[in-house]
Amino acid sequence: MIATRAIGAPLDRIDGPLKVTGAAKYAFEYPAENAAYLHLVQSTIAKGRIASVDAGAARLLPGVIAVLTHENAPRIEISDEDATLRVMQSDAIAYVGEIVAAVVAETSEIARHAAGLVAVTYEEHAHDVELRADRPDLYAPEKVNAGFATDTREGDVGAAFAAAAVRHDATYTTPHYHNNPLEPHATVALWNDDGLTLYDANQGPHGIVDDVAKAFGLPPERVRIISPYVGGGFGSKAFTHPPVIVAAMAAKVAQRPVKLAITRHQMFSLVGYRTPTIQRIRLAAGADGRLTAIAHEVVEQTSKLEEYAEQTAVATRQMYAAPNRLTTHRLAKLDVPTPSIFRAPGETPGMYALECAMDEMAIACGLDPVEFRIRNEPETDPDTKHPFSSRNLVACLREGARRFGWDGRDPAPRARREGNWYVGTGVAASTYPTRRRPSNATIRVDREGRYDVLIDASDIGTGTWTALTQIAADALEVPVERVKLAIGDSALPKAPNAGGSMGIVSWGSAIVDAARKLRARLHDDFGGVVPADGLEANGETDKNPESERFAMHAYGAQFAEVRVDADTGEVRVPRLLGVFAVGRIMNAKTGRSQLIGGMTMGLSMALHEETVLDPRFGHYVNHDLAEYHIATNADTKKVDAVWIDEDDPHVNPMGAKGIGEIGMTGTAAAIANAVHHATGIRVRDLPITLDKLLLRSP
Amino acid sequence: MDVEITLRVNGAAHRLSVDTRTSLLDALRERLGITGPKKGCDHGQCGACTVLIDGRRANSCLALAVAHADTELTTIEGLASEGGLHAMQAAFVEHDGFQCGYCTPGQICSAVAMLREVDEGWPSYVTADLAAPAIALDDEEIRERMSGNLCRCAAYANIVPAIAGVAHRHAEGSRA
Repeated sequence: MIATRAIGAPLDRIDGPLKVTGAAKYAFEYPAENAAYLHLVQSTIAKGRIASVDAGAARLLPGVIAVLTHENAPRIEISDEDATLRVMQSDAIAYVGEIVAAVVAETSEIARHAAGLVAVTYEEHAHDVELRADRPDLYAPEKVNAGFATDTREGDVGAAFAAAAVRHDATYTTPHYHNNPLEPHATVALWNDDGLTLYDANQGPHGIVDDVAKAFGLPPERVRIISPYVGGGFGSKAFTHPPVIVAAMAAKVAQRPVKLAITRHQMFSLVGYRTPTIQRIRLAAGADGRLTAIAHEVVEQTSKLEEYAEQTAVATRQMYAAPNRLTTHRLAKLDVPTPSIFRAPGETPGMYALECAMDEMAIACGLDPVEFRIRNEPETDPDTKHPFSSRNLVACLREGARRFGWDGRDPAPRARREGNWYVGTGVAASTYPTRRRPSNATIRVDREGRYDVLIDASDIGTGTWTALTQIAADALEVPVERVKLAIGDSALPKAPNAGGSMGIVSWGSAIVDAARKLRARLHDDFGGVVPADGLEANGETDKNPESERFAMHAYGAQFAEVRVDADTGEVRVPRLLGVFAVGRIMNAKTGRSQLIGGMTMGLSMALHEETVLDPRFGHYVNHDLAEYHIATNADTKKVDAVWIDEDDPHVNPMGAKGIGEIGMTGTAAAIANAVHHATGIRVRDLPITLDKLLLRSP
Repeated sequence: MDVEITLRVNGAAHRLSVDTRTSLLDALRERLGITGPKKGCDHGQCGACTVLIDGRRANSCLALAVAHADTELTTIEGLASEGGLHAMQAAFVEHDGFQCGYCTPGQICSAVAMLREVDEGWPSYVTADLAAPAIALDDEEIRERMSGNLCRCAAYANIVPAIAGVAHRHAEGSRA
């Protein structure tokens, strides 16, 4: 591992002054001369075909430049795996909200007005949008997201369950969730003789380039995507979605630069969401509180257009020891938008179910939930049988219990009341895998000793601008002031997107490699003196070979205090504490922010968030921020995250594990467990809204 | 229908033609290139577009440009002075009161105007004593008064101390 001087320091965000003054430019804000504005028209049925499109009135409106429909839109090349991107290529409708027309006009007001004048009639077919565990057509996908096995089996869960002294068998459900980054997806598209340039809101330009280039039959080097500042993503900007394709199409047809910002409403059907899940968990234990069987069986959905299989039960494979194990994933193909990734896909819904079940099982075994987890700590990875490169879940649980004041907790539910509030506390574990993707980086040095670090990395609020500068400074052994970073541009060296908590660890590894090569060249070939025209070196890294020998994961323990109003069922969360073992933290200030941000999003998931689908029409009813509730400032009280020292020499040269997602895993379970402790009511279907507390007795 | 108007933004007068349907937010962003105010929802639900209209915070997505020809508009770009960042801007950087930065201009404009509301004795839902001569701006008051500005990155736990620090120094200054 590299020596650290800048790494770990609580450096203020380098992009901070630009962001607090309004000077940081987000995609839609790039000036483009003679730009036209684009507005989308969406389908109102879930399944069928377009019978007719009458764009006459729209085309006659002064200021309208073009109306695109499936009848006249440019033909594009889209593979079957990305069928959702096949926009306006046929009359078929596969979900409510599919793009059926797009209007280009001189102003955004005219474009929006004209979009409302496009008259579309449909031949409507019966649709199928309801996820249920008893559907006869559930199927096992070949793999689940991120390449994990669909099912795992070991021993005999059924026999172990039948023979167990203590058993728990319950089903937990999570609803549709929408990522809702605060910046709606936006693209400015410009065609010129060189090809296509897109100023675009995404989590990694290189990943979008390939899809766009293929769609329009261009070599990838003729598509340039520029995205230095991005207003959040949480997964919804990781992959190419239909709007960016339409923006490029419209600019081609209009022969002018085109600006598109989709509306908040449109984000609910066009840029992904987290599938609802139905999760059955069975746990069996001996009288000693040691687990003998763990089964986690998941039912979730994908669309008829594409397969997306959330890896919901994957975390369960490595969390706790037990000789008999089973995990499965089954999918229903529905007439719905294609689900996609949302912060910690798999772990977020999966750890809610597993960690609630662990709480219920601890109670059934008569054990403290912290002690019960420690008692079932595995020595090696129960899934791969590899040793862990580092695993400090137990240390997190103990440190968290100490800081939170857990010791001496009375386990009896509904036993503490302060005024009109029932008070309770809960705990849950967090986890997220530590992986790495291939990446490139280039570093240039000039005679004044200034270093330019070039890499197509992405900062979606993740602190990349700052953390990569710190990593480069330490790798080069120079002060951070001498390092100038360039990111968010597909013209820079190819790098993976900001996803899977792999950004910093992948990009940082490539930067460290480039720094080593640059310093070696400078020393070996130039005697330590930078030549007149400067010197550069390219770094590249592959997947981590150590991942073949070790199981690599980050862990954490989350503690929640809740208060539940005895009359109204209102839930408040006065305290959330997370203790994490995530390797080295690259920046103590931005790192803490990411962790508490994830925890707060977990609180939001536990208590507020739910997209409601109306099965009669197949549309999302509450598709705006007034009705899709995300946690506000007043919903958040004391939220704190700390970390324990963890040196892991196997993960990457920085010793970092990636922290973008782990903060959100386990939070909802800690809160649900605390609600049970406060009220005696076990809510197994998120979100924990007051109706679920009022209408049930403990 | 297009109308010629003059908008006074951050002390400068801009003559421009707007559609009568043009929101103040779109006039700033799409006509004048003043892109500090952000569009997060266009429905007054998120607060990212918050600007100061004659010193009061307002959602500029819910305001029509034609109705604001006679007002003094201040956006995030107008808060910093020649001498550097506004105290609230500096506090947001110091406390890391943001991650992606998209809600930040709205949060900061909102916080600046909120402190003035408190100075003027405006109560909030959580103000215990409506008759008290001065409002004690504790964390609970800040959270309540800042809940019109959503932050999906959830920097709330950092936004509150950032604002509290500025409010504290502001109060010290008033007493001095």
